[in-house]
Amino acid sequence: MKTVLSLMVNGVARDDVVPDNMLLVDYLREKAGLTGTKIGCDGGECGACTVLIDDRPRHACLTLASTCQNARVETVDGLSRDGRLTAIQRGFHEKLGSQCGFCTPGMIMASEALLRRNPDPSEGEIRDALAANICRCTGYVKIIEAVQFAARELAA
Amino acid sequence: MNKIAPIQSIGIPKPLVDGPEKATGRAMFAADFQAADALVGRILRSPVAHANIIAINTAKAEALPGVMAVVTEADCADSYGVLPIAMNEWALARHRVRYRGEPVAAVAAVDVATAQRALDLIVVTYEELPAYFTAAEARAEGAMDLHEDKPGNIEREVEFDLGDVDTDMAAADLVREIEVHCTEVCQAQMEPHAAFAEYDAAREQLTIRPSTQVPFYVHKMLARTMDMADSHIRVIKPHIGGGFGCRTETLQSDLIAGLLARKARGTVKVVLSREETFITHRGRPETDIKMKVGMKKDGTITAVDFSAQQRGGAYSGYGIVTILYAGSLIYGIYDIVSVRFHGYRVLTNTPPCGAFRGHGTVKTRFAFESLIDGMAMELGLDPFAVRRANLLVAPTMTENDLLVNSYGLDQCLDWVEKASGWKQRKGKLALNKGLGMACSHYISGASKPKHWTGEPHATIHLRVDWDASITLLTGAAEIGQGSSTVMAQCVAETLGVDMGRIRVIASDSALTPKDNGSYSSRVTFMVGNAAIDAAQNLKAVLIRAAARKLEIAPEDVECLGEVYRGGKQDQGLTFDEVVMDALTGEGTLAVKGTYDTLPESWGGRKYRGAAIGGTMAFSYAAQVVEVTVDPHTAEITVDKVWVAHDCGKALNPLAVEGQVQGSVWMGMGQALSEEARYHEGLPLHANMLDYRVPTIIESPPIEVGIIEANDPHGPFGAKEAGEGSLTGFLPALTNAVADAMGVRATELPLTPDRLLELLEKKARGERAAGATDGAAA
Repeated sequence: MKTVLSLMVNGVARDDVVPDNMLLVDYLREKAGLTGTKIGCDGGECGACTVLIDDRPRHACLTLASTCQNARVETVDGLSRDGRLTAIQRGFHEKLGSQCGFCTPGMIMASEALLRRNPDPSEGEIRDALAANICRCTGYVKIIEAVQFAARELAA
Repeated sequence: MNKIAPIQSIGIPKPLVDGPEKATGRAMFAADFQAADALVGRILRSPVAHANIIAINTAKAEALPGVMAVVTEADCADSYGVLPIAMNEWALARHRVRYRGEPVAAVAAVDVATAQRALDLIVVTYEELPAYFTAAEARAEGAMDLHEDKPGNIEREVEFDLGDVDTDMAAADLVREIEVHCTEVCQAQMEPHAAFAEYDAAREQLTIRPSTQVPFYVHKMLARTMDMADSHIRVIKPHIGGGFGCRTETLQSDLIAGLLARKARGTVKVVLSREETFITHRGRPETDIKMKVGMKKDGTITAVDFSAQQRGGAYSGYGIVTILYAGSLIYGIYDIVSVRFHGYRVLTNTPPCGAFRGHGTVKTRFAFESLIDGMAMELGLDPFAVRRANLLVAPTMTENDLLVNSYGLDQCLDWVEKASGWKQRKGKLALNKGLGMACSHYISGASKPKHWTGEPHATIHLRVDWDASITLLTGAAEIGQGSSTVMAQCVAETLGVDMGRIRVIASDSALTPKDNGSYSSRVTFMVGNAAIDAAQNLKAVLIRAAARKLEIAPEDVECLGEVYRGGKQDQGLTFDEVVMDALTGEGTLAVKGTYDTLPESWGGRKYRGAAIGGTMAFSYAAQVVEVTVDPHTAEITVDKVWVAHDCGKALNPLAVEGQVQGSVWMGMGQALSEEARYHEGLPLHANMLDYRVPTIIESPPIEVGIIEANDPHGPFGAKEAGEGSLTGFLPALTNAVADAMGVRATELPLTPDRLLELLEKKARGERAAGATDGAAA
């Protein structure tokens, strides 16, 4: 079965015919051509595919595209505005929250969701918000610093 | 007037030059490449651990509409492997499978569903053979050989006996032994293996983008497996989602993508699942070590006598090198002369192990640093004092002929002792809390290349044209460790120009000079030196051009980076003007820099394989770990880590911190929770939930002290920063647990069940002792 999926992806309205069993991550990467969102595991284990659906962080690999009818989906590809890195992107870049960069899209989107609902998170709140995202390079120390940097930038 | 001065790039925290791509999702990893006509490549894997392949019938799969290619060993021209002396693996199993999950056939089809159906239609007839899942089983009498040329399933037996072990052991005041058992661990880098291969059928040429740390090796092995001319292959390394060693050799998925693309005469994308990525493996082998150390009352170590047995898996891979490192790198950190070593690398019916961050050194160091911690306690010595009693003095040559030109371990010890408050806090923490420490070291690149061709170790090209931008062409494989950034820093610093002038193009065999790849922490040291050499050569060209223009002698030209002038009163020429002058009559500038290691760093000849361990410089690290143990659940919480790493000159302190923190943390996973387990050769850990990588919740703060004991041969004095700190964590952790709970763990990872068993055993012992005391009274 197929469905006509109407949704907003990174602020742009789209209509696509998608199979009912198509995962959101495959829809984003293959139909929409947005390859920023990564697949790091066989389903729900690593968080690299984290996107925002109506401002909430979700695993795109555990979400059927067809359930996103009329939703606002945001990915790392659409985050920067006017070609400028946003505060959270600058945090990951400048504070070295990103080494190989493969977990980074998911980390950034999970952090973005946190900062939207809690602009001044404690270290514990940052840890809780990123608990479903695995990074294999940084030991997370600089990821926490990246989020703290972004929170300070946004407050300024 | 503003003071004009060369712009500094070295020693300053610099974000990665490819950071913006990673933060915006624009960085392209192998699986991100797309083409409308790209086929889906899928691999059929062995369901059995050891069997002869009687027949492979692919007729039905080939007949399925939408299937464009099916490949088996019949399509492979030759075997492959990373060591020229041990190429016994085939991209697709030939006549025999030796582990569960070994690739047997592969298909390229128009979509995933068709590819999967095609795999189901391939019929493989197996004749099962006895399989061995532990080193002991494989070595047992009567066990069948996995490879005809490896009798007794011994990949390599290593022996050396240096100094006078028996005399020096007898001269010790205290002799103690330890036996440790460490399970197999996996790199579990975030990006699953992938390759995007395009075959140009009109020209019979292949272009491939593999997820690799060693594009040059992949190039060589593609040519060998596909029987193609090297010149008809182009390897372009895309962004790489980590490696940690699992991609320092060619993987089957790289070769299978090439084979499928050629047979389909088109474009094929092979993306492995996480489970397949685990099965591809190349992690650290399960290892058993027995070690005996002799110590004087003052902590001086008199002799070391030890053996190591590694379960290597089904094929050679890096195995010979791994077992040699396990022996040779007992040296190079402390002043030890007499050492006896006996090592066995064993072939088993499990996925092949490889080179994992800290290659070969981790488990030896765990045994050693655990043993001397206990001996220090017994002698009433502080663990720091024992290390200080055995320091090397650089420059020196170790008993096994390893070159040590710089040595900052003493400073590392001072730093972590102070930062952790060791003197004030050790032995005074609350109940169930403990402090432990340990040291480690690592090479800055293997000095002898695996493929001896007579070429320099590293080559860098710099290209400068009319726009006065500098294009830095390097084969060094950027895998997230920041190699492209370091190369740009080295060139910018040498020329004194802004880093923004420099564009780095890395690892495209059609454009960039050959490089052996990112392994053994060789890149900063070797390629960094080549980058400096190239920049110096470019600078000489620019100075000559400026001298011509200014009508002065070249030695009178003052190079201020963005300005070249004859003296303080001279307004001088801008960099752009000098470049234009240099192009006059010459055209586009192309200069080169190279680097070669010194022969005295190539390791010794005192035993077979003694070259392994030879390096231009060692990094050193010391760390203190603080833990809290829950006495009821035996769960360990790492409260904090203080780590000092001697990386010589820290070219990019931000990146050094990131590397050291990542190393320590990766050591923590191996010490506490990560474990590859098999049932009859079937992996039980092949996903990111069962293979327990620490999450952000249980990851501690890691405070880094950068120690700069500059090496005379390092680029600006720099040495290795990305591996050495991993190793020390494991013994520092178990030493901390010993401090907290009075039990010494010899089996890793130290999961709650293992620790609980130790605590219960201790409690039983205490109760029994109490009962005996009672009876006596």
